Amino acid sequence: MDVTLVWYLSLSAILFVLGVLGVLMRRNAIVVFMSVELMLNSVNLTLVAFSQAMGDVSGQILVFFVMSVAAAEAAVGLAIVIALFRKKTTVDITEFNLFRH
Amino acid sequence: MHHPCDPVSIYMLAPLLFFFLATVAVAAALGLIVSRNPVTSALWLVLNLFCIAGLYITLNAEFIGVIQVLVYAGAIMVLFLFVIMLLNLAALPSLTSFDWKRGAAFLVAMAVLAQLVYVVAVAFEVLPETISPVASAVTGSAKVIGMELFTRYALPLEVIGILLLVATIGAVMLAKRRFA
Repeated sequence: MDVTLVWYLSLSAILFVLGVLGVLMRRNAIVVFMSVELMLNSVNLTLVAFSQAMGDVSGQILVFFVMSVAAAEAAVGLAIVIALFRKKTTVDITEFNLFRH
Repeated sequence: MHHPCDPVSIYMLAPLLFFFLATVAVAAALGLIVSRNPVTSALWLVLNLFCIAGLYITLNAEFIGVIQVLVYAGAIMVLFLFVIMLLNLAALPSLTSFDWKRGAAFLVAMAVLAQLVYVVAVAFEVLPETISPVASAVTGSAKVIGMELFTRYALPLEVIGILLLVATIGAVMLAKRRFA
């Protein structure tokens, strides 16, 4: 029973869907953020699995870039959360509704 | 790949390791989306990141595996925990609501999973074959990644550097107090 590419892709699909669930179901902005990071990690796993299967290192280069962008996004996103928290003392995403009439 | 002198039990190591890491990764992801306390969610995510780093190592992507532990689990998650502790979110009332939106979200997520699994199952025959372990060990090494990164992907590398600089400046500007 060899560990084939399909196993890694299935695991990546499951992790991605769990990330989607976290984004849709949670109200805490930071937990939503962490679910987005989970989705990014599942995509990284797909890229690395394909890179190994095809013998092409470009997949891992792209993973390198995705990780850098994720780090930058986490920094800026958390700074936004801090700025919002300073205004409203909550990170509940249902509270931040500028279109509320 | 199979040698006559190998003990039979060694053939089970790769699937066993994959299943163990995969199960713990999925369990940690479930713990992340279910737990009430954001600190606990962050710790579940750290466990998940370590499992994915282990999976990278099983895929012979040693550079990416180490970078995952250093950058993702070591820097990004520390940043998350800093912010959670700074805002003292664990002291706030728990933000979970049990309404019909949860059921709708669950259905949407299951539909997406079903589509993805279907695509993977259909593509079973047309997927490329896994290459030999010796070749893939060379592919994942820091030397090969460095060579590609500094020759063919030199421009994206420089752009990533500028992006990180912009992100740093942006984060400082957004989070600092306005001296009104």
